[in-house]
Amino acid sequence: MSASKGLHPEAAIGPIAVPAATPAWRRGLYLLVGIAVALAPLVLLESFHLFQLTMAVIMALAVLGLNIVCGYNGQISLGHGAFFAVGAYATAILMSHFDWSFWATLPVSAVVCGVIGYGIGFPALRLAGHYLALTTFSLAVAVPQILKHKSIEDWTGGVQGLFLVKPDPPAGLPLSPDQWMYVVTLIVAGACFLLAWNLIRSRIGRALIATRDNPTAAEAMGMDIASLKTRAFAVSAMITGIAGSLSAVAIEFVAPDSFSIFVSITLFVGMVVGGVASILGSLFGGLFVLFVPNIAEAISKAAPGVIYGVILILFLFLLPDGFAGLLRRIGQRLRIRP
Amino acid sequence: MLLRRREILIAALAAPAVARAADLPGVTATELRIGNTMPYSGPNSAYGVIGRTEQAFIRMLNEQGGVAGRKINFITYDDGFSPPKTVEQTRRLIEQDKVAFLFNPLGTPTNNAILRYCNQRKVPHLFLATGADKWGNWQDTPWTMGWQPSYRTEAQIYAKHLLAQRKEFRLAIVFQNDDFGKDYIAGMRDVIGAERFDATVKTASFEITDPTPDSQILSLQSTGADVLMIALGPKAAAQAIRKVHDIGWQAQRYLTNVSLSVGAVMQPAGMEKGVGIITSGYLKEQGDAAWRDDPGMNEYRAFMKQWMPDGDLHDANTVYGYALGRTLQQLLAQCDGDFSRETVMRQAAGLHEVALPVLLPGITLNTGPQDYRPIQKMQLQRWDGASWVRFGGLIEGAEV
Repeated sequence: MSASKGLHPEAAIGPIAVPAATPAWRRGLYLLVGIAVALAPLVLLESFHLFQLTMAVIMALAVLGLNIVCGYNGQISLGHGAFFAVGAYATAILMSHFDWSFWATLPVSAVVCGVIGYGIGFPALRLAGHYLALTTFSLAVAVPQILKHKSIEDWTGGVQGLFLVKPDPPAGLPLSPDQWMYVVTLIVAGACFLLAWNLIRSRIGRALIATRDNPTAAEAMGMDIASLKTRAFAVSAMITGIAGSLSAVAIEFVAPDSFSIFVSITLFVGMVVGGVASILGSLFGGLFVLFVPNIAEAISKAAPGVIYGVILILFLFLLPDGFAGLLRRIGQRLRIRP
Repeated sequence: MLLRRREILIAALAAPAVARAADLPGVTATELRIGNTMPYSGPNSAYGVIGRTEQAFIRMLNEQGGVAGRKINFITYDDGFSPPKTVEQTRRLIEQDKVAFLFNPLGTPTNNAILRYCNQRKVPHLFLATGADKWGNWQDTPWTMGWQPSYRTEAQIYAKHLLAQRKEFRLAIVFQNDDFGKDYIAGMRDVIGAERFDATVKTASFEITDPTPDSQILSLQSTGADVLMIALGPKAAAQAIRKVHDIGWQAQRYLTNVSLSVGAVMQPAGMEKGVGIITSGYLKEQGDAAWRDDPGMNEYRAFMKQWMPDGDLHDANTVYGYALGRTLQQLLAQCDGDFSRETVMRQAAGLHEVALPVLLPGITLNTGPQDYRPIQKMQLQRWDGASWVRFGGLIEGAEV
């Protein structure tokens, strides 16, 4: 909470001012370099590490969703694991019961999560701060049990969960299923990151940030706060739900136990470590929540949770505004020097 | 010079074996890698002690010289009981660490998540630490094998006991509405017969989120049933035992052995309220006076003292971990130096009358190419108001 409020206004506005100074050829170059870096693991990594990276990108996408409502709009949600689960189940049910292709399930999953997110957005209007955090938290607690409920068991598979299969690489592409899964994840996540980036730099993005920083002033300037907040929740839930869809096919299995309350906490940790209100920070957040628990376990098997906690505290101590803040500071230094 | 020549000779003789070993995943001339996942963190971390007991056991095996000249490298990772994490850790074990096989990964949803992966890759997925019934399915998942008696086997055993005792009965079952509880319905139905079961048996489902099973107990009592199977987790089982007693329902009660804990179930229910309840077991317990001087339990106690001095002797999970360690030792001995995945799987399905010191007398491990359920016998025990008293002989689950 304090992290979002403590953010310097110029830092959030920073990215808006930059593009004007960046010539088009340079932006194109950045884009090409970015694509090259994103595709490099295809040839550099073997299947297990590629799988891990795929999962990290998926987590990054989920963190991005959370960042839109928490970071940019200042509404604390501890329940985004619920949207992640709904997205995963939407894809799993359509693929295993109706033999839909993965691509066809994505819009459905996005719409379902968007509608649910929109619905959650309404009580959120009346609940602020801690109360909203607790309400969304209860949502995350409830979802795994709802998934087990017998009235929908024929669809969800109950506690046994559902099995599904990764999309096959298109004929003619010399890729393994793991490599193709990575490409699919990159395409979907890349599109979502680009859309989120554009959204935040647009009039609506500025309105979201204004609503967060000073709702009274924002309202005085003619912004419809209620509609902004509920729509922010919808977009946020949609992105996290799409990440859930991707995770379902990457893991090839969904079960209520896959979506415990820890998923929501993990996403929140990813957002804070990566950088609140930062698009790029979400990417770092995803990498952090996937890889750091493994590092913690490599250090101590007896108490991996303690080591994870210590690493987390160290990060928050050394990088109080997340990875994104570190990058921002480095960027500022480089700009001053020439 | 002579020595040199002898060395060369030995090296030449050993060379083919080394070359062959190099082809096998997880097997080198000096090392055998075995993989495992456990919830060392998270809400189910109490089970992590099973993994620690197994680590201690393997440390002991290695100190004693390992198996077939190789040290065992037991690689065990934390999955926090989260299926996606289990998939990640299992892929790490198989693709990166290149383990020969998986041994005793814990949990039903977690093993579900890796079931297809292991069978597609033909990696032995052995002796899973879960009581679900599906691990015995040798037709569809020939690379996966359970270990302990399944809940379904256990329910079959109660049904057999019931049929042996009475011709006429009206059975009621209160069950937790998940895979655990439903296995008891399936097992009872196996033995009683689908037709008779459907016509006479009354069931009531309990959601783990329900505060108490009281209403289920009342509605079952009103059906006039005189036998009650309680397939509930510890907290709800304690409430059910108390309720049945308090409303004066004189039914013969069977209780799942998941909920046989004295401290967590029988005491909260009221020690005298559970007199006559029947449950079952297959492992010896430290708390049972009958095993005070038992050589088998002495072996276990000696192991714990030397290799796991900080472990709790009374924790049933350490007895379980020790039993699994002994099972692994037997499996590796049977492999006789050939640790290819095919051989490991064949030997896992070739356990004959393997006695373990901590199994109840008469219970042995038995498997075959068409029998992926190592333990199928259990012994019944009855609550006498202070402790569980074993009675009768061993009862086997039904063939289904």
